[in-house]
Amino acid sequence: MEVKILSARFDIENGHSLAVAREHGAYATLDKLFDMEPVDVIEEVKKSGLRGRGGAGFPAGVKWSFLPKDTGKPVYLAVNSDESEPATFKDRYILVRDPHMLIEGIIICSYAIGCHQSYIYIRGEYTSQLQILQQAIDEAYEAGYLGEKVAGRDFRVDVTVHRGAGAYVCGEETALLESIEGRKGQPRSKPPFPAVVGLYGCPTIINNVQSIASLPFIIEQGADAYRAYGTEKSAGTHLFGISGHVEKPGMYELPLGLPLLEVIDKVAGGVWKGRALKGVIPGGSSTPVLTADEAKTVTLDYESMAEHGTMFGSGGIVVLDDTVDMVALVKNLIDFYHHESCGQCTPCREGLGWMLKIVKKILAGLGEKGDIELLLELCDNIEMKTVCVLSAGCTMPVRSYLNKFRHEFEAYVEGGSLKQAAEIHK
Amino acid sequence: MSDRSQLIETGKPFEFDAERNAEFERLIKRYPSRESMILPALWLTQEQQGWVSAEAIAYIADKIGTYAAKVYEAATFYTMYHLRPMGKYHICICRTLSCWLRDKQEIVDFLAEEIGIRPGEVSDDGRFSLEEVECLGHCGTAPVVQINGEFHEEMNVDKMKALLEGLE
Ligand SMILES: Cc1cc2nc3c(=O)[nH]c(=O)nc-3n(C[C@H](O)[C@H](O)[C@H](O)COP(=O)(O)O)c2cc1C
Ligand code: SF4
Ligand code: FES
Repeated sequence: MEVKILSARFDIENGHSLAVAREHGAYATLDKLFDMEPVDVIEEVKKSGLRGRGGAGFPAGVKWSFLPKDTGKPVYLAVNSDESEPATFKDRYILVRDPHMLIEGIIICSYAIGCHQSYIYIRGEYTSQLQILQQAIDEAYEAGYLGEKVAGRDFRVDVTVHRGAGAYVCGEETALLESIEGRKGQPRSKPPFPAVVGLYGCPTIINNVQSIASLPFIIEQGADAYRAYGTEKSAGTHLFGISGHVEKPGMYELPLGLPLLEVIDKVAGGVWKGRALKGVIPGGSSTPVLTADEAKTVTLDYESMAEHGTMFGSGGIVVLDDTVDMVALVKNLIDFYHHESCGQCTPCREGLGWMLKIVKKILAGLGEKGDIELLLELCDNIEMKTVCVLSAGCTMPVRSYLNKFRHEFEAYVEGGSLKQAAEIHK
Repeated sequence: MSDRSQLIETGKPFEFDAERNAEFERLIKRYPSRESMILPALWLTQEQQGWVSAEAIAYIADKIGTYAAKVYEAATFYTMYHLRPMGKYHICICRTLSCWLRDKQEIVDFLAEEIGIRPGEVSDDGRFSLEEVECLGHCGTAPVVQINGEFHEEMNVDKMKALLEGLE
């Protein structure tokens, strides 16, 4: 089931070094690229059907065409390498195994959108990863792939790595821009969208690492070759990160559209310890959970996920076996979002804290009858009433657990104590 | 989190060494606004000194040409900047979803027992500090521990024990 499109060079020894990467085709697209018109590059990317791999799945080429023309201001590109959504670890493989694919993608995107300065925003915890990436950038400068004259053409591309310092919210695109500008990572209200008013008040495109790294293949082989993988509306391949209760967790590149259960069984070795499946988080912790039953019919693409009331997200699949205590899992989730709230919206800052208190109370065996309803009501009162969707990234999944695994919450409440709740669980 | 509001004075002036200064000068050319150097300068400080002191905040503000309050704001918002000295070995353990599912708590409990500190604390001899952190982007090899920035994957109590024994 696995394919090697983005991961083609991942297993080559020293594939992160320029010499080795170049031997295996890195930067081969540049001649073709500079013979194309920028608008044609955008058209090709549109035709390829490439959708943003940061979580929202917005078509990449379409986003680029939102840039206003001839504003007299510079255009910036910010590459989102914050990768902090729980269960997401795919972009890291690109950074350390094939950073030149990312740099080549940045050159392609920069040429398409007329950008000369791009920033790679990397999460602060990625230490050795940052070193490898910076080394690759330095090599690319030395070899003339970056700098004043990219590949000898009259086109300048500068790439600067900006290191974050531990804040999930900085993955949100406007918080990321704030962070580059030297401030707290507090998201901006939209509109205006960053394509119009972004970094330093200038038109800015923000794309995920994997989105950008998909460009060399698309330009080299053409949109149709990319479309040969995946489905009509969810084209191409994706780096899936599978974690949790499976025998073989890890990162796997797969075409979009495969049946979820088959992937869990055949690619990730099935549920671990021969246990039964309880549920699956399909695309990072912000996506609503699927029950074992729902997991039977869903396929790994944007449309099927939406039909099943959840989201494709970041491709971070978490498998839950039948021993998982969903109430404790929900506490772990809310804890994360509450801790990571940037604090500027009251419903998020206070509301998530309130939800956390209630779930802790339920877990302690002190829950009351109305608590489950109160949690649901809080979800409704928080969601979409805030500047960014971090809060919804918490309430949407929490609501799904409350609805789909309600009996577990009720067991705690009715049990009145942990011990009794455990009895009811049996 | 610990109280992040109080800056600590060392009583000694702070300035970048030659290497950090060169890196500062290289980077500042890359940004159209000097304030973009606040995060990079905080990193350079932490690299050099291990943490960020009151004197360092004032130095960075002065060097960039901005208000100390702006540097302070960033230093207190971002959790990776340490506003007090950490242990010689700063141990971070991921407490989030995939690591939680794969029993990170056993390692936290072991560490608390073995080195006698709870998450958020520094040991009295200054040898260890322990922090529970959010998802470290290594969920496929959970649970994960980071010691002074270096990742250790697929951890368990035995491996953690061996790792501690291997430290100087
Ligand atoms: C709270 C929050 C965290 C996010 N974290 C990330 C992240 O770590 N990486 C990422 O690429 N996108 C993240 N996003 C999505 C970005 O805002 C943005 O949509 C994305 O980077 C756009 O790139 P794409 O169109 O190529 O996917 C996050 C969004 C939110 C609301
Ligand atoms: S929703 Fe939460 S994280 Fe997003 S801007 Fe508001 S307070 Fe900040
Ligand atoms: S959940 Fe621990 S590294 Fe992602």
